[in-house]
Amino acid sequence: MAKVPVQFTLNGSEKAEFIDSGTTLLHALRDKIGDTSPKGGCHQGTCGACSVIIDGELRLSCLTLVETCNGAVISTTSGLSEAGVLHPLQRAFLDTFATQCGFCTPGMIMAAKVLLDHTPNPSRDEVIEALSGNICRCTGYEPIIQAVLTAARSNSQNAA
Amino acid sequence: MALALQTFATVKDANAALKTQGTRYLGGGTLVVRAANEGDVSVSGLIRLTEPSLSTIAVAGDKVRIGASVTMAAIAGHPELGTLAKAARAVGGPAIRNMATVGGNLFAPAPYGDFAVALLALDATVSTDGGETSIETFLANRDGSRAVVTSVSFTLPKADSFRFLKVSRVKPKGVSVLSIAGALELSSDGTVTSARIALGCMADRPMRASAAEKALIGRTLTADGIAPALAAAGDGTSPITDPIASTWYRAEVLPVHLGRLLLA
Amino acid sequence: MELRKSYFADVRKDDLHEIGQPRPRSDSPGHVTGKTAFFADRNFPGMLHLKMVRSPHHHARIRSIDTSEAEKHPGVVKILTAKDVPHNVYTILILIQVGPEDETVLADGKVRWKGEAVVAVLAETERAAQEAAAKVKVDYEVLPAVFDMEEALKPGAPLVNEYHGQNYYLYDSGECRKVRFGDVEAGFAGADHILEESYQSSPIEHAPTETTGCVVAPEGNDRFTCYTNTQAMFFTLDNTSIILQMPGSKLHFVGGTVGGGFGGKVDVIVEPIAILGAKLTGRPVCFIYSREEEMQISSPRAAEKVVIKDGVMKDGRIVARKVTGYTDAGAYSRHSPYGAQKGAGHYPGPYTIPNVWIDTYCVYTNRTPSSAMRGFGVTIGDFALEVQMDKLARLIGMDPLEFRFINAYRDGDMKAHRQPTEGAALIECMQEASRAANWPVAEKYMAMSSYVKGA
Repeated sequence: MAKVPVQFTLNGSEKAEFIDSGTTLLHALRDKIGDTSPKGGCHQGTCGACSVIIDGELRLSCLTLVETCNGAVISTTSGLSEAGVLHPLQRAFLDTFATQCGFCTPGMIMAAKVLLDHTPNPSRDEVIEALSGNICRCTGYEPIIQAVLTAARSNSQNAA
Repeated sequence: MALALQTFATVKDANAALKTQGTRYLGGGTLVVRAANEGDVSVSGLIRLTEPSLSTIAVAGDKVRIGASVTMAAIAGHPELGTLAKAARAVGGPAIRNMATVGGNLFAPAPYGDFAVALLALDATVSTDGGETSIETFLANRDGSRAVVTSVSFTLPKADSFRFLKVSRVKPKGVSVLSIAGALELSSDGTVTSARIALGCMADRPMRASAAEKALIGRTLTADGIAPALAAAGDGTSPITDPIASTWYRAEVLPVHLGRLLLA
Repeated sequence: MELRKSYFADVRKDDLHEIGQPRPRSDSPGHVTGKTAFFADRNFPGMLHLKMVRSPHHHARIRSIDTSEAEKHPGVVKILTAKDVPHNVYTILILIQVGPEDETVLADGKVRWKGEAVVAVLAETERAAQEAAAKVKVDYEVLPAVFDMEEALKPGAPLVNEYHGQNYYLYDSGECRKVRFGDVEAGFAGADHILEESYQSSPIEHAPTETTGCVVAPEGNDRFTCYTNTQAMFFTLDNTSIILQMPGSKLHFVGGTVGGGFGGKVDVIVEPIAILGAKLTGRPVCFIYSREEEMQISSPRAAEKVVIKDGVMKDGRIVARKVTGYTDAGAYSRHSPYGAQKGAGHYPGPYTIPNVWIDTYCVYTNRTPSSAMRGFGVTIGDFALEVQMDKLARLIGMDPLEFRFINAYRDGDMKAHRQPTEGAALIECMQEASRAANWPVAEKYMAMSSYVKGA
């Protein structure tokens, strides 16, 4: 089986691996690199649990071949907190009870982060749109929407 | 056999490589990687292209050329393609729109392919290295297509002459019950002078509602005026059955939604 | 959050310190940082991937299975068929003496539903397992199938499951679970109105975000660690012990966070075959359902049909209720005999009715085996009962909420299945609902109590 070299930045650190051609980014992150925060819920682009940020854009790692990520800058939820301090989104998901089983949470947080990076003060409808590719089956969407709105408010307070 | 990916710089080389059996073209990955993930062992090799022209949008006057690798997100966010933004946003959620391409949408089996429905109503031209084809001919023959689509071109409709509707049970993102696109021209007295109506989910791929189009000519967009078109809306359709809706349901609601689109 | 302490204030010491207080969830920090370990987050060097060859038919005899081409496929390590499974015929509830054993781990001579597991392929990669699975040849003789419960109960219907011998579960009470209380026919005879309606539901899939699966690692000493997202750890451990004929001490089950279950992960399906694969190859094995398998193969909530006949008086009292319930188990029992039995106990609903007759059937059809899901056995029944209550109220021209107050069970009332009611709170819930929904009822109902006699 042909191994191909792949190099990218993951959560600020350089990664270089030899990976089987045709491997998805999801499998590469989880099985080779050991970042299991993106989850495989459907492997068909429907659930959003594998969402990651590639070069500033929300992507589904289950449908992205890792060879197409050479030189990319990739962020996952496991890299969001710095020095043990939770990111405002993580804090808000905790405080508003926006997690239950937790399986959709890393993907939800990625989708929310991309939204807040581009739209620091989103409307409720913008939050709903931004999370629309991410399926939650237990928490219910309302606490998750509230978490994103709460994080946006705490960001703008910190900036003020 | 592992799933090997080959990257090419030119369309010509990619087309040559696509001749190998089991080889598929990788656009955004939302169709072909999904198929491979789900165990479609007929896909054994993937081809991709780095040719930059495939990722560009060119607007000259009312003439538009969209490279096949352009994503739904890029179309939805393009300042001069506002009339198509609704159709581009109808595809998937934000992450899918960052990946799914115009070229790929032409191959998406129902219930997917909402943007191709819009392109069909716009009478787009599909380009490959071998030349140009009308979208209708392209869609009819797409199963045997072995050449990379390089771009789609069309004349940008006036904002008020193009209408698009996607019906889904889950909002804002849900798989289509059906989608409808209409390009209508009206005379000054409000009668329809030309109509192209395209339907999604009414067959295994986007199709024209030819009978409804004919029935609209010379009519006004009023409840009475569109009645013959609604009565003919289902002519020639064979709606799909899937977990979203049955053939029966799709056929029943098509005239309802076409009516809403025409009267909107 | 508001805690209404006025209800039951006189029967409870007001010493609640935790209830009514928000407390952070202990698992949330792991969830928001992506550090919570789900079963599939375990990865072992040399891990094999298991893919199942499944029946394309609803009901068929297996003439032959040919795995020779699949065995030669590059990357294939082991192929398992029924003969490899030490105790291939099992049923989950045998642990609590609810038999007979009626389900095969891998199909043996026959398949009874579309999607049934026939051959397990273990390979170095997921892709190799998929490719080899496509090369397994199974020769089927298609048999007539039955998909409707009432059709299945008719004489001459295709027999779904030979281990039962008929298309219903045979309880110790006979062909159905029965509840008899008072004299239902006398009740109907004395009623002002009779209303008989039937209700039915389709199967419902839980659709958890995390699909069913497990990862098994040999410990090197004939012991196997199984990381699983089962919701029924010890049922799974004990059934695996029976199926593999291995002492429980050789099986080390590690559960933990489940990525959504809703009852869909209580069956014993993936673990025994994955552990068998690990045992026979000496390699770690993962068996994880694809999304399609989760939707099509994992047990759904049973389809049900409920026929309710009620006798009601003009003053609002229900005097007789006869219920016939049908639970579609699909091809195998799993938890459905228990679900149908639960329905029998539940069907009068939270109402005190003097004359009750209940029959609940657990029926076998050639559909996907159904099993547990959130209140299975009673949820569809509650839908049927409450729609029926609204229809009854309309029939006698009474407010539907007041109608429920009149019939609500209260402490001390004898339920149809001979359990005296204790700790009822229906009256109080409805009083609060009346306020919250701004749906006023007569003052006498607002003065009622679940436990004060005469109130």
